[in-house]
Amino acid sequence: MSAVVSQIREPLIQGGKTYHQITEDIVSPTERAPGLAWVVAFIISVSALAVYVFCVAWTIWVGIGSWNLNRTIGWGWDITNFVWWIGIGHAGTLISAILLLFRQKWRTGVNRAAEAMTIFAVMCAGQFPLIHMGRLWLGFFIFPYPNTRGPLWVNFNSPLLWDVFAISTYFTVSLLFWYTGLVPDFATVRDRAKGLRRKIYNFLSFGWTGAAKHWQRFEALSLVLAGLSTPLVLSVHTIVSFDFATSVIPGWHTTIFPPYFVAGAIFSGFAMVQTLMVITRKVLKLEQYVTLAHIESMNKVILVTGTIVGVAYLTELFIAWYSGYLYEQFAFANRVLGPYWWSYVGMMSCNVLSPQIFWWKKMRRSIFVTFVMSIFVNIGMWFERFVIIATTLARDYLPSSWSYYTPTWVEIGLFIGTLGLFFTLYLIFARTAPVVAVAEVKAILKSAGDQYTGPDAHAHEAAHKAKAH
Amino acid sequence: MSKESKDVLYGLFDDEQILLNAVDRANDSHLDIMDVYTPFPVHGLDPKLGLAESRLHIAGFVYGAIGTLTAFLFMTWVFTRDWPIIFGGKPYWSVPAFIPITFELTVLFASIGMVVSFYTVCGMAPGITNPTLDDRITDDKFCIAFDVTGADEAAKDKLKDFFSQSGASEVNMKTI
Repeated sequence: MSAVVSQIREPLIQGGKTYHQITEDIVSPTERAPGLAWVVAFIISVSALAVYVFCVAWTIWVGIGSWNLNRTIGWGWDITNFVWWIGIGHAGTLISAILLLFRQKWRTGVNRAAEAMTIFAVMCAGQFPLIHMGRLWLGFFIFPYPNTRGPLWVNFNSPLLWDVFAISTYFTVSLLFWYTGLVPDFATVRDRAKGLRRKIYNFLSFGWTGAAKHWQRFEALSLVLAGLSTPLVLSVHTIVSFDFATSVIPGWHTTIFPPYFVAGAIFSGFAMVQTLMVITRKVLKLEQYVTLAHIESMNKVILVTGTIVGVAYLTELFIAWYSGYLYEQFAFANRVLGPYWWSYVGMMSCNVLSPQIFWWKKMRRSIFVTFVMSIFVNIGMWFERFVIIATTLARDYLPSSWSYYTPTWVEIGLFIGTLGLFFTLYLIFARTAPVVAVAEVKAILKSAGDQYTGPDAHAHEAAHKAKAH
Repeated sequence: MSKESKDVLYGLFDDEQILLNAVDRANDSHLDIMDVYTPFPVHGLDPKLGLAESRLHIAGFVYGAIGTLTAFLFMTWVFTRDWPIIFGGKPYWSVPAFIPITFELTVLFASIGMVVSFYTVCGMAPGITNPTLDDRITDDKFCIAFDVTGADEAAKDKLKDFFSQSGASEVNMKTI
């Protein structure tokens, strides 16, 4: 990984840092008392989490009848939220795994926070299929375990069961990958701490010493986990798309779904990373580690994936027309012009039109535009899932069963509640763990930071001086 | 992880380049390095220390293969022997439908197996305290350690000379 990048690339670590300063800058936020902004954000998040607990309790006590789902529209906000969260949960592993394999060093600035975000997002996603079951206490039925009913096994041919395996595997592997990366950094925190704090971080750091052989194994492990996670991350949203694509509902039964869903997942995941990193870098003063170069790189990914998603939307429309199949044509006419036309407009404008602003370098490097855009994309991707799920179901084969769906307060509360769960976990993470991978940043300081020592290092220095003048 | 305590003479270096040169120098003077500790993986260090490539990825392959077989054979057994059911007019042994779960379990077994193996061979686990030489090794110091248990003063002086010549910023003794 220490291969030299290029002397003309923008440095990924700025401010003439020494190794000790890197430790100091990244670890010290975990050692200070939190600021007012954090406390306020935490109170809001925990309140939203309380709403979640209440709404789950209400759903279980009253039953799924407390939601507005009906015979026609069996999937509403619940599955929309599920797919939205799962999509968001794709950026972390993409950044840490695929960008590791592609040797993209800018991932070191954002991978830790993005992976944490992934894990929290998958936790939020997992809630919805479970509470959607209605009888939550029978949730273990989804696992194939020897039971007294035969044993009657689960249906291994069902995409819904594939989803159970895909998401639980994805969660487990992401967690292992993330935590293993954290262990050396927890050791750094441990060695700076005293008393109880040292005991806690000693427990968390598993007795890491930094021996040469351990680092060698650590790198071997990271590389193979990255290699395994790369097809895994692509498989997860592919399988989520199978939940729809293997059905016989016009508008769902399409082969374009897997790549279209994966692109959308990367798109929304990066948007959420931007939302969080723009705030985190400011509050924790990490601007020299999460630089404009990092933000610009992520905005490029958003532009590419947003455009892929746009092409997918247009392809769907074209194929619906070109197929000559009446039901397919109706399904798409209904999406664009039907009772939920406003969600289609929201989806198109937030996901396809607005990211085009990132063709301009100035916009890609603007913090304000990045933040606003990241919110737009989050909203747009939620609409996309709502369009696919609720709009499609609302117009059934039989006009007599056509229906319209609006959520109840319970469903809205569940959505707001998972946002609370997500931000509560993220805020705790930002106070207790180094939000930037300390050891990884140190490892690239001399190959991709402003302490560059590779070939033509002097020319590099001269070029930077010339730029400064 | 031996129970007896060891006397360790160690030197701290400020930069990975000085460390790499020092390791070369130690190899040239046939000094027996006990271990090298660094705050991040230093590339080019492993061959100098004569560390063989890790076999963790081979273990990962084996775990993955176990996962593949477990998933595929189990689903095959369930749907052809234990409780055959026809789904959508497809054959009992509908291989394409088994692929997603087979893939997921391959990844799951390989990942869990490798991570557990990694911590086991490194002697790490939640709550374990392995002896460390200096708190700054996880921050910004690079450390070469020699085992000097039972060594005489002359041997220790030789090592101290080595440290002073190779640019160590600090030399210390510690019993671990």
